[in-house]
Amino acid sequence: MIEVRELTVKFKRFVAVDDVSLSVAADETVGLVGESGSGKTTVARAIVGLQRPDSGTITLDGVRLGPVARRPKARQRAIQMVFQDPRSSLNPLMSVASIINEAWRTHPDSAPTGDRTMAVHRLLEDVGLDPSVARHRADELSGGQCQRVSIARALAVKPRLLVCDEAVSALDVSVQAQILRLLVDLRRRHRLSMLFISHDLGVVHQIADRIAVMRGGVLVEEGPATEVLGSPRHDYTRSLLDAALELNTHHGEVGK
Amino acid sequence: MRRIPYVVLAIYALVGGLGPLFIDYNPVRASLEDRLRGPGSQVSTGIAWLGTDGLGRDVLAQVVYGARTSVVIGLATVVVSCVIGVAIGTVAGYFRGWLDTVLARGIDILLAFPAILLTIVIAGAFERSVLVVVTALSATAWISFARVTRGIALSTRERAWVQAARVLGVPRISILVRHILPFTAGPVVALATLEFALVVLAEAGLSFLGIGLPNSAVSWGQTIANGKQYLATAWWISALPGIALSLLIVNIGILGDQLTARYGQRGRRS
Repeated sequence: MIEVRELTVKFKRFVAVDDVSLSVAADETVGLVGESGSGKTTVARAIVGLQRPDSGTITLDGVRLGPVARRPKARQRAIQMVFQDPRSSLNPLMSVASIINEAWRTHPDSAPTGDRTMAVHRLLEDVGLDPSVARHRADELSGGQCQRVSIARALAVKPRLLVCDEAVSALDVSVQAQILRLLVDLRRRHRLSMLFISHDLGVVHQIADRIAVMRGGVLVEEGPATEVLGSPRHDYTRSLLDAALELNTHHGEVGK
Repeated sequence: MRRIPYVVLAIYALVGGLGPLFIDYNPVRASLEDRLRGPGSQVSTGIAWLGTDGLGRDVLAQVVYGARTSVVIGLATVVVSCVIGVAIGTVAGYFRGWLDTVLARGIDILLAFPAILLTIVIAGAFERSVLVVVTALSATAWISFARVTRGIALSTRERAWVQAARVLGVPRISILVRHILPFTAGPVVALATLEFALVVLAEAGLSFLGIGLPNSAVSWGQTIANGKQYLATAWWISALPGIALSLLIVNIGILGDQLTARYGQRGRRS
């Protein structure tokens, strides 16, 4: 469905992403793993159109995607993103209801017919929030609630691909497991493709069908999750795996 | 103690707003037998509580009408320069690129002139009128608004909620108005009070120099200038409007500092 080919992004003379090719098929979740500074966030920003590539192409259903502001409406909403910092993901001065409504105002095609207030409540319930949250301002919510609202805002426009950039990293461990479980559940119900970016292999293995490993802007390994985790070919993957196994005792296991 | 500036400013607003309704004053009517009377003396029109000036005009009336002039000119200039400065600052900070470079360098060039010099040049080049004074004062006052809001826009545009709005495809103008502009409000309000004080002072300065408001308007600057030749014999003509002016400036300054302490910091963080 979405295909990244030979993507290169430079910041001045620093090569952040070097010749990365990656694809996400329909209904598939791809985990993109790497330490901070490995270029994984830049790949995500290029896919959603926030970062202009220096070379390489990003295509959706075989059609090339430009910067987000130049994309046609339907293709704009096809790819949505959930950001790392839950608190700054939402405008702290806006109510949850107006945040969701902004998405529908921008993409009337995806807006529900009938009562918007009821639709907001349904959407919030869909991400496991109490409908009363709609009235609250974003700065009154907890980190986990913020992240659920972020997910709701992304789902409001019925995307096909959800890019989660370290979406659970800033949350504490028990909330992390809840959000992860929610994402697993949502992608099944909404038939979402997902690009799940994390530095934590232990988190990625709970959700990803395929795993791609990045280091220093280069894709070092890619394959089905079981293969990458079971018999990593690259030393770097192995060291990530060891680090994750050490931490894994702290994580609640989430069924896929 | 923290309420004092609010109380003082409320008194000025009240005197400036309602005073002219109760005190009748015509700046071009001179009464030569009443000239240079001290505070509290009996004159042909009643008691001159604050004395009279060299043309026999009531000083109390001039202080009251001058308060109205200062507040009106100050508000008009702050509103004009605030709107212009905030618009330019947010646009430059949000869009960056060549637009920002042009605006930022333009501001640098303007800052190279002493503000009062530029104001004097503009005010002196045209016929004296309220419009010219407001324009001349706004010509430099917008710069601080632009600089403050540009900084806020530059940092706010990197926040995830702005990025999320861009990914969503929210039109750029809505992003500016809804996701950037509200975060400039606190610092802008704090700055507006400080600018108001500077503007009132600058207007008095222009009028003192005789290139500010026309003679038909009453301005503290003019009254102070009218009294300067009588400083030794009739101190009240210059001193009383001068006290009214300094009291206003000092209190706005204190209020501005209070607001900066409360909103300036938070605006930069959130």
